[in-house]
Amino acid sequence: MIRINCPFCGERDHSEFSYGGDGSIVYPALDAPVEQWVEAVFQRENIRGVQTESWQHVSGCRQWILVERDTMTHEIHSVRAAHEGVAKVLEAGK
Amino acid sequence: MSASRLEQGGRIDRSSQVSFKWDNQNFTGFVGDTLASALMASGETIFGRSFKYHRPRGVMSAGVEESGAIVTVGRGDRRDPNVKATTQEIYEGLEASGQNAWPNVRRDIGAVNNLMSRFFSAGFYYKTFMGIPPMEWGKGTGIWMQYEKLIRKAAGMGVASREPDPDTYEHGHRFCDVLVVGSGPAGLAAAVQLAQAGLDVMLVEQDYELGGDYLNQTSPDAEEKRKASIKALQDAGATILTRTTAFGLYDYGVAGLLERVTDHLAEPSPHTPRQRFLTVRAKHTILATGALERTVAFGNNDLPGIMTAAAAATYVSRYGVLPGKKVVIATNNDSAYASAMTFARVGADVTLLDARGSLPDSVGGLLDSKGIALKASNTALCANGKRVISSLDLAVDSGAGWSAGETVDCDLLLMSGGWSPVVNLLSHRSVRPVWDKDNLCFVSPKHDEPIQIAGSANAVWGTSDCEQSGKSAADAAIAAINGDKTSVSVSTAVGGWETPIKPLYEVKVEGRKLKSFIDPQHDVTADDVRLAHQEGFVSVEHLKRYTTLGMATDQGKMGNIIGLALMAEALGREIPEVGTTTFRPPYTPISLGALTGRGKGAHFKPLRRTPMHEWNLANGATMTEAGLWQRPWYFAREGEGITEAYIRETITTRETVGLVDVTSLGKIAIQGPDATEFINSIYSNAFAKLPIGKARYGIMLRDDGIVMDDGTTWRFSETDYFMTTTTAHAAKVMVWLEELLQIRWSHLKVHVTSVSEQWAGSAVAGPKSRSVLEACVQDENAVSNDALPFMGVIETQLKNGVTCRIARISFSGEMAYEMYVESDYSESMMDMLWESAKSFDGCLYGTETLGALRIEKGHVTGVELDGRVTIEDAGLGAMASDKKSYIGSALRKRPDLNRPNRPQLVGIIPKERSETFKAGSVLCAEHKIEGHGEGWITAVTHSPSMGHWIGLGYINGGYSEWSGKTVVAADPVRRGNINVEIISPHMVDPSGERMRG
Repeated sequence: MIRINCPFCGERDHSEFSYGGDGSIVYPALDAPVEQWVEAVFQRENIRGVQTESWQHVSGCRQWILVERDTMTHEIHSVRAAHEGVAKVLEAGK
Repeated sequence: MSASRLEQGGRIDRSSQVSFKWDNQNFTGFVGDTLASALMASGETIFGRSFKYHRPRGVMSAGVEESGAIVTVGRGDRRDPNVKATTQEIYEGLEASGQNAWPNVRRDIGAVNNLMSRFFSAGFYYKTFMGIPPMEWGKGTGIWMQYEKLIRKAAGMGVASREPDPDTYEHGHRFCDVLVVGSGPAGLAAAVQLAQAGLDVMLVEQDYELGGDYLNQTSPDAEEKRKASIKALQDAGATILTRTTAFGLYDYGVAGLLERVTDHLAEPSPHTPRQRFLTVRAKHTILATGALERTVAFGNNDLPGIMTAAAAATYVSRYGVLPGKKVVIATNNDSAYASAMTFARVGADVTLLDARGSLPDSVGGLLDSKGIALKASNTALCANGKRVISSLDLAVDSGAGWSAGETVDCDLLLMSGGWSPVVNLLSHRSVRPVWDKDNLCFVSPKHDEPIQIAGSANAVWGTSDCEQSGKSAADAAIAAINGDKTSVSVSTAVGGWETPIKPLYEVKVEGRKLKSFIDPQHDVTADDVRLAHQEGFVSVEHLKRYTTLGMATDQGKMGNIIGLALMAEALGREIPEVGTTTFRPPYTPISLGALTGRGKGAHFKPLRRTPMHEWNLANGATMTEAGLWQRPWYFAREGEGITEAYIRETITTRETVGLVDVTSLGKIAIQGPDATEFINSIYSNAFAKLPIGKARYGIMLRDDGIVMDDGTTWRFSETDYFMTTTTAHAAKVMVWLEELLQIRWSHLKVHVTSVSEQWAGSAVAGPKSRSVLEACVQDENAVSNDALPFMGVIETQLKNGVTCRIARISFSGEMAYEMYVESDYSESMMDMLWESAKSFDGCLYGTETLGALRIEKGHVTGVELDGRVTIEDAGLGAMASDKKSYIGSALRKRPDLNRPNRPQLVGIIPKERSETFKAGSVLCAEHKIEGHGEGWITAVTHSPSMGHWIGLGYINGGYSEWSGKTVVAADPVRRGNINVEIISPHMVDPSGERMRG
């Protein structure tokens, strides 16, 4: 059982969260060429090691978060709010 | 073997006698006995029959590693098979019986299998499956299915109850600083150290008594130490759980525990669960799980009357049972000397065989003084005896390997082939144990887990060394919790024997054929391992699966190491090069009931009821499940079944008016200055210019251009929208909107709130629907055609003053409205609507009619929008905007999503109009009924409007491709195949005049 330190609620079991996917993807603008969308939606790295992934605390605060997790060990290196503005406010308050 | 109860001694309570039944005969024991100790005390020797050969099996150990005395406990719906008699506490009225035997374990007809044992060697199943050479007679699955029935019956374990489990089980969650597993000298010392340092400690012990090996020691010192430690723990407020097994270790310090709450009670309280499944989250874990004594492979080493040496001493010291009077002990290490002393002390005739030539200096004289005969360079070669051991052929080490020696009489043979530390839990964390060549066992390597391993679990053999090891582990845990990485080091005196252990896994001599078991529970012999090697199996993982070594309920606790050693010998390699199989949870078996906990029956999944659930029931609804929701299925009137009811409801709704509970639809409030931009970006059709007071049907796509969901969105102000989603996708759409707003479009000022629970709704459908509404609202002009035209939205007051939201939208194809009130007012709304509808001869309807109405119209739902279809496939391509960009707009242009022969939504009618057909049928071209066919049927109904059955579905190329051709709805395993015609999906009122009317 992975334990995730939600920036809003504290450390919780991963069963409270739902996995989003690759959190490092920057989605193109809606009117971007189809090639960029193919790249963003279908071309994914299968990372052995630390990857950034999105999770939603769906049974808690419902906030989306970005988690740096080692896919080999499940070790979590960092957790932050996925919403840029919220992340900045939390960072400033530290 | 002639076991008997000793006159005195042991930890049993001789003043509390317990009566129980074994194979329907009455027995007595004492409180503190296990089933094994009580039966041995009464002279029982045969406890079970082996898996394949039905050889008699007796008690082999005194704990969870037991591989012989496997029994069934309880009867009827509480029958529990494969229970180890060595761990089952007796209680008044306990009923236990032997298994895998007929008529009983003492006289078992199946024992004839033993005569044919050469046919049942390793890989028997696989070879049989391949057929019998040379003609490969009996090859193939068909005949195997026949064999299998016989084999299942003849070979096996106990039989589980087929009745529902009457017991309850609980799940619990616990937190602690340090979890200590095992309460022997190391575990107790560690727990005390931690608790006294102020840490929150949880100590778990699988036994019913704390103390581990202290319980086997007869010195008053040991008991004093044990009691003092327990008191210190209690004083420091530590959590102590007995009868609790830590069965698995998982990521982040999470452990799974099984607490057996009532398995030892004659009359459990009806309010206590039988077992608890506890999930513990610990910052640090200390494994003081002990070590298990190994046996050695030699001839007939499975005969009753042969057990491990320390286990036998446990029966003497802890249970006051003398397992035999004429005892031979065979060892390759120092530990059995203590067992020899124990037996000598209670007056047994003891002969000690030591496989080693040089013996511990300190014990030679001592043995003599106790009258123990010591034979160096001797060990067991072959046990003799029909049903229990009566004599033993010895093997002598003449310096050039074993040769046959003399034969000695005995009624009990004790084996010590070395000790295997219980590293299983560490192995659950993917830490592979390493071979310790000095102690001949697998031990923990250096690792990074927040886990310390202490005591004999780390190959520390002496009691005081184990205590010290526990304290060191506690110090290391404290340092780790304090983040002090430098001082974390486990320094323990590993080992501790005076004379080195001698490698001894199998004893055999040239020219003598022996049946030497390495996994007694699965009847795996030393020859099976050699056969497997001969047949080309070289990996231990393959060896395990081919021979089934270590795959019985004990998971190889007794025999695995011997198997590895024999494989290493066959390969000409060392044990560490051969490696070991991976231990996986659970350490000991756990009941399915405990895994299930309370999550069964009605509690298997949540139940969702709409606020008008009771109202629906009171008005005659028969309910059905729609996902988690309970929804009205149909409202039968007297004499009606479901078919009559839904057909009547469909006709009534088309002719006058019908009401249906639509509360289960997802409802999301979308608010904020950028709400319009947001909605316009997620729907594929235009929303930017949706006027205030209007609703629009919308389809949202996924990033990849496939349809995600559909629904309507109502606009109440510049910044306030109300979105409905399908019932099935309500949660998914909410998550999706949150993801977009929080991750991708965090610049948008929009807030989304799920209001599904806050608003309760009813659809009012049919030509009289407006009249029904007029009678219910305060201002009837508010619902006039001008004030509330097709796709119009208003917020107004019901006659009772309750605010309601009404949109004129239609799923049925009739003039229809959806209206919502705050959930608490739903029943009063329904009362008013129904009162009014009745005056127009209206009806209430459920999901069956909802389905019939929408199929007639060709309106899609979740079964059509199944995550594979494009907006064009669903026949809604005209709605997709080309003037704006939105989620999915780029990738819906991919070539494959636009090829002309994609499956497209169509209507389906039977060629012979009187015939019926079923959803799920495969649509095939006539005369080509094969494979995946050309399409499939998603939904069917009887259509009162058309007078026959109709359906919706998808077919390659769609309506234009198949119009006028005969198509087969293939349904070979249910209804059979019938011929159908493909028509437009808009089967009733295709121009939509009725709903706009």
